[in-house]
Parts: sequence; structure tokens; C-alpha cells
Amino acid sequence: MDEALLRSLIPGVLAVLVRRGADFAAAEDAVQDALVEAIRAWPGDPPRDPKGWLVTVAWRRFLDATRSEATRRRREDLVDAEPEPGSAPAVDDTLQLYFLCAHPSLTPSSAVALTLRAVGGLTTRQIAQAYLVPEATMAQRISRAKRTVAGVRFDQPGDVATVLRVLYLVFNEGYSGDVDLAAEAIRLTRRLAAAIDHPEVAGLLALMLLHHARRAARTAPDGSLVPLAEQDRGRWDTAAIAEGIAILQAALARDQLGEFQAQAAVAALHADAPTAEETDWVQIVEWYDELVRLTASPVVRLNRAVAVGEADGARAGLAALAELDDSLPRYTAVAAYLHERDGDPATAARLYAEAARKASNAAERDHLTRQAARLNARRGP
Amino acid sequence: MAKYLLLKHYRGAPAAVNDVPMDRWTPEEVSAHIQYMNDFAAKLEGTGEFVDGQALAPEGVWVRYDGEGRPPVTDGPFAETKDLIAGWMVIDVDSYERAVELAGQLSAAPGAGGEPIHEWLEVRPFLTEPPTITE
Repeated sequence: MDEALLRSLIPGVLAVLVRRGADFAAAEDAVQDALVEAIRAWPGDPPRDPKGWLVTVAWRRFLDATRSEATRRRREDLVDAEPEPGSAPAVDDTLQLYFLCAHPSLTPSSAVALTLRAVGGLTTRQIAQAYLVPEATMAQRISRAKRTVAGVRFDQPGDVATVLRVLYLVFNEGYSGDVDLAAEAIRLTRRLAAAIDHPEVAGLLALMLLHHARRAARTAPDGSLVPLAEQDRGRWDTAAIAEGIAILQAALARDQLGEFQAQAAVAALHADAPTAEETDWVQIVEWYDELVRLTASPVVRLNRAVAVGEADGARAGLAALAELDDSLPRYTAVAAYLHERDGDPATAARLYAEAARKASNAAERDHLTRQAARLNARRGP
Repeated sequence: MAKYLLLKHYRGAPAAVNDVPMDRWTPEEVSAHIQYMNDFAAKLEGTGEFVDGQALAPEGVWVRYDGEGRPPVTDGPFAETKDLIAGWMVIDVDSYERAVELAGQLSAAPGAGGEPIHEWLEVRPFLTEPPTITE
């Protein structure tokens, strides 16, 4: 039994049922029943068309489960309301699932959980382990999410930006256990990119590939952070970098710049530099200028200040930093770095220690503490 | 999507509004208090926000390394002032505001006279893994 194949079929089967008018939660239950049946029946009698087999069995289960008169009437109304098959362009049904799972009525954590379950086909246990919460809690989170979207019909296209934000949240989650969430986000975004022609989908996929390519070099064997400039570039995944850059270039050629494409462009410039010293900081600053124009995000402006510090010197970086709110996350760490480059280790050490106290994750806290200790040891007691 | 520790302290926090020691409550008041905590945990499991929770005994000791083969155990020098953790709950929520809101609800657990204790709870964020995108 090929479990990966089975998993990849789930979203399509689920989408067909929901498209035929099945309530989302009931459809999900029916698909799970069909999977159990498949695991039992397939080894002895493999179907010629696995997806068709699953749709047939799941639909029969759904009908069995909703056999009462009232629900049948409602179902028939839904089927009646369904447009006739015909000239409508052939779209991947699973695209609708992405929109449903990223519905604006869901909280971010619910949207993420539902996407991993319905589109990714992961089990509740796998999702719970990835997010380090008990399985019962995750089961409730998913079933609440299913109830929230129970009444939503597939008759209007959703917002691509919302779907992208959910996939970005999955990617940015650092945990890795039975399921690697970064790899899972790439898999889902890849499928979305195959189903929908949208430059920002391509931009997000490129961004994920370019960051994922550097993953092996981002941490030392003891788990400590390795800053970009000190990473062993020989450990970067050149195939992923090449693919990310190709996808990005095709997207940029369409001249509909968006946030993810611009972020990917910055990542591509880092990935393209043979050594840290050869990084094209001037072009990176230009991309940050685009990002500031697109998002006006203070976090982007903070990153821009770092790039300005590299392109035009630490003084220019500090000047760019001075325009920002010092309560921003990582503001103090950036200030420490720029003061050190400006030749003021005493201020830098004090700021590194302060930044370590404010850090939100252990690897970053330890890294910043080491920076403070390094400067203090050099200066003596 | 962010985990917080809600800490209940025996001592060390400012006094609660309804500050009557638990051993002066009626048995029914004690039961109502425990029921409130259990219901609160069950409600959070239902909303998909519960991670873990335990109550702790007040007997804690301080331990330190004191040379090979001699781990000294002491109740001092902090016997009068040391903070004691009465229990904790770990939640996994979408925002800091939600964490504070839930801590407020937990602080409303009933105590003496069936009235809310209004005790102080400490809300501490967990350190996490670094995000994948940092630059």
C-alpha cells in the first residue's frame, strides 16, 4: 500500500464530495471511512482508478450517513443548485479546498490546522505532534474549524492572498518531527502553483525554496544559530536554489510585483553570492525599497536598515534605524550589530545583552548572549 | 500558535482580593474551585487551546551542586520569602491578548463564599524555535 499516493488523493476526493453538495464535515468523515476501506480492500484487489474508487466509496458512505428525509431533501436542493457540467474551464478541485481552509472566518491557527488536514491529508496525530499540543486538543481545533466553514459554499473564488498567508505560516513554523512543516508547506504551495497561475503564488514558492535551500547550513550540530555571513555555502542545496531562481525570474517577467516576489528576490541575491563579501547589497536595498512601498511594514524597514548598513556603511544603517520605533522585535539586536560595525564595542555589548533578554526563541537568545560575551571578553573586566 | 505558561503562586504575588487560605473554605467551596479549574481546562481543550496543566504541592526544596558526592538540600536561606508555585497551565493561543484574557478568566475561579478569588496569575511566553525566515 503506497501511503503517500493515498494521502495525495485525499484532497481531490474530498473536493469532489464537497462540490457535489456534501457538507464539509460529513464529507471528511466519509473520506476517512473510504480510506479505511481502501487499506482493507486494495492489497487483495487493487483498483484501476484509485481516485475514482475512493470517490465512489466515499460518496456511498456519505449517502448512507445522511439518509434521513430532511437531509436528503436538503441535499437534493444542493445538487439542483449545482451548475451543469459543461463549458466551465477544467480546474483542479483541490484549489477550492485551499480557499475553504483559509476562509476569513477562521483564526490563523485553525486555518493552518484545517489546511494540513484537508489539503495536506495529514492525520490529526501528525499535526498535533508538529505543533506540540495534545492530540485531543488538535482534534477539537480541527472539528471547530470544520463547523465554522460547514455552511460555506464553493460558489465564489476565495482570496489568494489569504491562502498564501496560511501557507507562509506553516512554512515559518520551525518545528520538525514526524512531519517537517517547511517541506510540507513547499509541497502544498507547489500543488497550488500547479493549479493556479498567479505570480505571487510563484513568488511564495520561490521564497520557500530559496530559504529551505539554506536550511542545513543555518544551524550548527549543537543547534546554535549560524548567521548568514558565516554559513558554509557548500552546504546550501544548489538544485533548490536554481529552481527557486528560475521560478522567481518567470514570475518577475510578468511585471506584477508583489510582496512574496520581492522577498524572494532578496533571498535570491543572498543565495547567488559565492561569498558573503560578494553579496550585492546595493541591489538588496533596492528590493527592500520596493518592499517598503508594497507593505509599509516596520519589520521590512528594520531589515532595510541592516541592508543599508552593509551597502553604505554602519553610520548610514544607524541613521535608517533611528527613524524606526525601538520597540520593534529585533530592533535592539540590529542596533547592537551596527554599533559594533561602527567601532563601539561597549555600546554593542550592552545592546546585545539587552536584545538577548527580549529574544522570543532559545536559539536567538543564546546567539545574542554569545555575542555580548564575546565583546565583553575582548574588552576585559 | 504561541504557547504561554499561566503560573499560580502560593506566595510572592500581590495578595488576592478574596484572600482566604484554602483550608478555611467549606468543602463545597473547595469542590467548586476544583470543578471550575477542570471545566476551564475542558473548555480550552474544546477550543483547541489547551496544552497541559498540573497542580503542585507546596513542599519544594532548593538543591545545588556542592562538590563531588555531596548534593546539599536546603529549605533556606529563602524559607520565609521563597516563591512557591501552586500549579500551572500551558495554553496555545493565537495572540498575547487571548493569553491575558484566559488568565483573567482563570483568576476568577471561586474561593471563599463562592466569590471569585481575584488572585494574581503570571503569564509567561514560551521561548520557541526560530522561524524559518529570519533575514
